[in-house]
Amino acid sequence: MPDRLAPRPLPRRDWLGLAGFWSAGLAILGSIAGMAQLPKPRVTPEASSKVRIGNPSEFMPGSEKILSQNNLRVVSTSQGIAAMSLACTHLGCIVQPSQDGYICPCHGSEFDPNGNVTGGPAPRPLKWIQVSQAADGELIVDMAVEVQAGQFYQIV
Amino acid sequence: MASEGMNAFWENIKTLPRTFRQAVFRHDAPTSDRTRSQAVFANFFLHIHSARVHPHSLKLTTTWGLGVSLIAQFVILSVTGILLMVYYKPSVDMAYTSMKDIHYVVPTGRFIRNIHRWAAHLMVITVILHMARVFFTSAYKSPREFNWLIGMILFVLTLALSFTGYLLPWDQLAYWAITIGANIAASPNELVHALGLPTAFNVGDIQKELLLGASTVGQDALIRFYMLHVMLLPIALTMLAGVHIWRIRKDGGLARPEGTPLPMGKGVGTEIPTYQNPQTATSKTYGLMCLVRDKSPQTDVNPDETAPSWPYLLRAELLVFMVTMLVCVLLGMLFDAPLTEPANPNVPENPAKAPWYFLGLQEMVSYSAFVGGIVIPSIAILGLILIPFLDREDERKGIWFSSSRGKRIAALSVWVGALCAAACVAFPVTFGWLRNWFPSIPQIIIIAVNPGSILTVLYMAWSLYILYTSQSTRLSAIALFTCFLVGFVILTYVGTYLRGPNWNFYWSQSQWPAH
Repeated sequence: MPDRLAPRPLPRRDWLGLAGFWSAGLAILGSIAGMAQLPKPRVTPEASSKVRIGNPSEFMPGSEKILSQNNLRVVSTSQGIAAMSLACTHLGCIVQPSQDGYICPCHGSEFDPNGNVTGGPAPRPLKWIQVSQAADGELIVDMAVEVQAGQFYQIV
Repeated sequence: MASEGMNAFWENIKTLPRTFRQAVFRHDAPTSDRTRSQAVFANFFLHIHSARVHPHSLKLTTTWGLGVSLIAQFVILSVTGILLMVYYKPSVDMAYTSMKDIHYVVPTGRFIRNIHRWAAHLMVITVILHMARVFFTSAYKSPREFNWLIGMILFVLTLALSFTGYLLPWDQLAYWAITIGANIAASPNELVHALGLPTAFNVGDIQKELLLGASTVGQDALIRFYMLHVMLLPIALTMLAGVHIWRIRKDGGLARPEGTPLPMGKGVGTEIPTYQNPQTATSKTYGLMCLVRDKSPQTDVNPDETAPSWPYLLRAELLVFMVTMLVCVLLGMLFDAPLTEPANPNVPENPAKAPWYFLGLQEMVSYSAFVGGIVIPSIAILGLILIPFLDREDERKGIWFSSSRGKRIAALSVWVGALCAAACVAFPVTFGWLRNWFPSIPQIIIIAVNPGSILTVLYMAWSLYILYTSQSTRLSAIALFTCFLVGFVILTYVGTYLRGPNWNFYWSQSQWPAH
């Protein structure tokens, strides 16, 4: 009678059967893991996140423009130029200008002119976005790069 | 010799219709209940039915035909969906115009699309009613706990199918609903940011990217939602629905009280059955079923208490199917499915509303995306799944609300659930919420303490109170489930009719500001 202290050796046939079972199982798990990678794109197949918004001369200090094509608000002061995304940080609707800042049409998040949350469900301020200049002097906004609120780009 | 061969050949041609029919059906047209039962047993498509069925299961008030109606709706959706696929083009440049073609050019295109739309809406309503029916008649009780779980997955799949169909017309309604949906998937980021964790913890980004195939809603999102809508989700739903129905059979048919007296003269049981001891019953051996202890495949059920499925069950199913068809066709003739302006990524609709069955969620999402859109729905689904595992009280099945006490608790819970939901909407509308009083309050508190989470806690507290006072898990489950249903209805009503531009509260649409 085999017991815990004197276990019966595993018969060869059982060993082969178990090995077959586990290798089949591992093969299936491995292929599932391999296939699961497919839906996650390595490169997102979109246009570049960098957008040309025009020459600095179009943004005179003290002015502000809403570029609705890119859902951007561009502010120009004596400190330089800054861009703020108009996509609500709650669920991505495009905020609309209101009397005292911006308001989201979907769930009523409210922001002051600098993008700070003043009401509603938005979890964080509107994103300020990196502004830079191309070699030909035109301004470039990189929609994918967020910067500190209140950070202005000095025009060269 | 030659003439003999010719004769046989000639004879075969003459009997061709009959031999062909026998090759297909393997038996003659059934003439008695016994041969009809054999036909059910021998037919692939009818075999999902048991050969005999208890009259209690045939009563209208047992099921209201909701499960069969769901199958009918799914069949209608599959057929109309395949027809729409003939003309629909899943491309951002062509989707909208192909919808317009279906609506204005394709013969019966508008009608088919309308039916598809209405059957989908009907399916969401029916699946909720079916779940309520199963719950209130204790049909989730042992041994059906796992089938209740499969039912919950089918519920989620139904919602997912409806939602993935929403993007396909590529109109404003579709575009912004999907944008919001995808950002709800990304909303765990809210918590990561509020806790100050590094962006490497942003699991929400991965979820959103898997859904959209990109970082914004575009062609890749359309293809993914199309693939989910026409392939993955319908296949999953078909397989699970198969398991769902098969399990009902293996659990002995629909749940019903023990020893139900036969309803007389209601179209069922044309002959008065006499009790026959299964041990001594003649010619009832099921050699195949040597796994089964008794002689009948329905263990512990005397087969002679039952009525033959054909004609009673099949006739009832046909009736439900025809009524479902009629409702879909009438709705499709009277009301057109909407098609708004083409998608515009720069200007959202105001208000941008989700499909109606998600407006209750949208109401909660408008306090916190993460809690309202992910945490509370997960708690609700998990709570519903766990009900049969937590309420294991042994009591009579197949009876509405279990007892008169259960009815009272359910009625009371309707009031408690409605008042709590109304209060949780009315309070922030009237007095504002934490951010209005303490503008610099930490975001983590806004996430955790909001009307949606408070409503959830209130419902749990009410159900625990019932558990404490009644000492009955079944009554406590009735209280919780009723609150959940009522809360869903109230929040959906608020989202549909009382929310206007900027998600502000309006008593009627006529008060909306012009914009």
